[in-house]
Amino acid sequence: MKETLTDEKIKDLKQKANDIRKSIIEMLLASGSGHTAGPLGMADIFTLLYFHALKHDSKNPLWVSRDRLVVSNGHICPVLYATMAHAGYFPKEELQTLRKFGSRLQGHPHRQYLPFVETSSGPLGSGLSQAIGMAIADRIYGGEKTIYAILSDGEHDEGNTWEAIMLASKEKLHNLIVIVDRNKIQIEGNTERVMPLGDLKDKYKEFGWNAQEVDGHDFWAINNAIYKANKNKGSPSVIIAHTIPGRGVKEWENDYHWHGKAPNKAEAEMALVELNKIHA
Amino acid sequence: MLNQNLKLNTKIFNKDVEKITTRQGFGEGLLQAGMENENIMALCADLTESTKTNLFADKFPDRFIQVGVAEQNLASVASGIASMGKIPFITSFAIFSPGRNWEQIRTTICYDNQPVKIMGSHAGLSVGPDGGSHQILEDIALTRVMPNMVVISPCDAIEAQKATIACAKTKDPTYIRLARNNTPIITTIDTPFEIGKAQIVFVPEAGLAHVGIIATGPILYRAILAAHELEKRGIKVKVMNLSTIKPLDKEAVVALAKETKAIVTCEDHQVAGGMGSVVSECLAQVYPVPIEFVGVRDQFGQSGTPEELEKHYGVDTPNIIERVEKVLKRKI
Repeated sequence: MKETLTDEKIKDLKQKANDIRKSIIEMLLASGSGHTAGPLGMADIFTLLYFHALKHDSKNPLWVSRDRLVVSNGHICPVLYATMAHAGYFPKEELQTLRKFGSRLQGHPHRQYLPFVETSSGPLGSGLSQAIGMAIADRIYGGEKTIYAILSDGEHDEGNTWEAIMLASKEKLHNLIVIVDRNKIQIEGNTERVMPLGDLKDKYKEFGWNAQEVDGHDFWAINNAIYKANKNKGSPSVIIAHTIPGRGVKEWENDYHWHGKAPNKAEAEMALVELNKIHA
Repeated sequence: MLNQNLKLNTKIFNKDVEKITTRQGFGEGLLQAGMENENIMALCADLTESTKTNLFADKFPDRFIQVGVAEQNLASVASGIASMGKIPFITSFAIFSPGRNWEQIRTTICYDNQPVKIMGSHAGLSVGPDGGSHQILEDIALTRVMPNMVVISPCDAIEAQKATIACAKTKDPTYIRLARNNTPIITTIDTPFEIGKAQIVFVPEAGLAHVGIIATGPILYRAILAAHELEKRGIKVKVMNLSTIKPLDKEAVVALAKETKAIVTCEDHQVAGGMGSVVSECLAQVYPVPIEFVGVRDQFGQSGTPEELEKHYGVDTPNIIERVEKVLKRKI
């Protein structure tokens, strides 16, 4: 975990995130189905994790001492797959196989097909529990790793998530860092309309967590929050990351209709033109 | 007569046959497994004493996690622990685990093929006075349909202990079904046990058997009593202890069907989807014979003594005898 993030590095990360967004659009177009808004919204955070924050080795994916990253909201896997491909886990060409028969890139991550993902996911609400299990085991082994869990805001509707939030606090798992994608949309609309979540930072605090809130597109701020979370002792940490679903494609931003659908050819072309302009 | 080769409890037909709970056998097995392997862990959802997980928790507090009344979390935390090279046992009442947390077990344990061992205690009608809400009669059906899962239903405390120790050494997700009440000791420490191996515990004095009874769990005792009674009436019976329901010992089941051409299955569980279904699916494809099912027929339980409930729901010894007589009439 590195504290410093130079302007130069941030510029690189922004470029990388933009490339990853383009990959996301291309793979969703090829698959014809899948989730668009969440992956685009989380591209900056995944980029920061894989290209700066995480202790990992794409050439030795099962390195025992690696940090663990649990993606609980498996439906955003296009951003996970795209980032992993860009980080060298597998060829970028393979992204075109998303959701196709025989592909390692299943519609929702399946560890049997792609052993580089820490958990299979899709059904919401259990990823934090799995990360907690890893953090407990890591503590027994001597606590050299950081266990990261990415959660959606919508999956805080699940009772299982709150069971896990209580246990992490009880066990004082300071080797656990949760990043919540607070994009305020879920499949049927705005989170506050479907099931009001209110102030998640306050809620986590009430449950005994070290809680921070950041702009999920500000590399410096996210990195700083992760750095502080890693320094925190005696309690688990959560970073509520405010993100814009569909980020990078103005027409799609904050529109919940893009939660669970893929772009058609015209839409994808428009999006790629827009993303190409950002770092032309 | 009892199959002498298996070194079974010779006092089984005595009125004062020793009775111990299968959960006690599990608790002692877990403790022993924990002593043999430091990677064994245990997690419980506020039922440490009832599930006898306290034997392990007291000895190894650093390897025990109390998750509170939260069975969904129980299952998925164990998945995370297992992914790091540990062998976690999760314990609760079967109605809650694998009852309440079925999807977490499917996705985080079986889909990921993590070596989590699920102990569901207080299964079946034998919970008695607690009533139908707690008498899970569907757990075999729930677990046996999941790919990668091994399902074991031990017949007594000694077998439960052996099954616990044996499953601690495998990489498979495993469900072990346990009962609340004291039940007769059928086996001895010298009785062989292997996951996936069925055993013929009762055989005719001489000659081939007319009927084969296949039982799983403590109801095996009542199946043996039924066979003992039928023997006196000149009906030759073989009784199989099918403690591993999945993977099924097909060879043994088919051999019994070939010899007897008539099968009765016995379980403290719904007939639908349970062990009888497993046996039927096998025999229908390989060697079809008439089968009668002893089990609960699409009903929920209620409060009562175990004996009252066994009689009411048709899973006591006289019912087993009746089913044997019925299947003999259907025999071609």
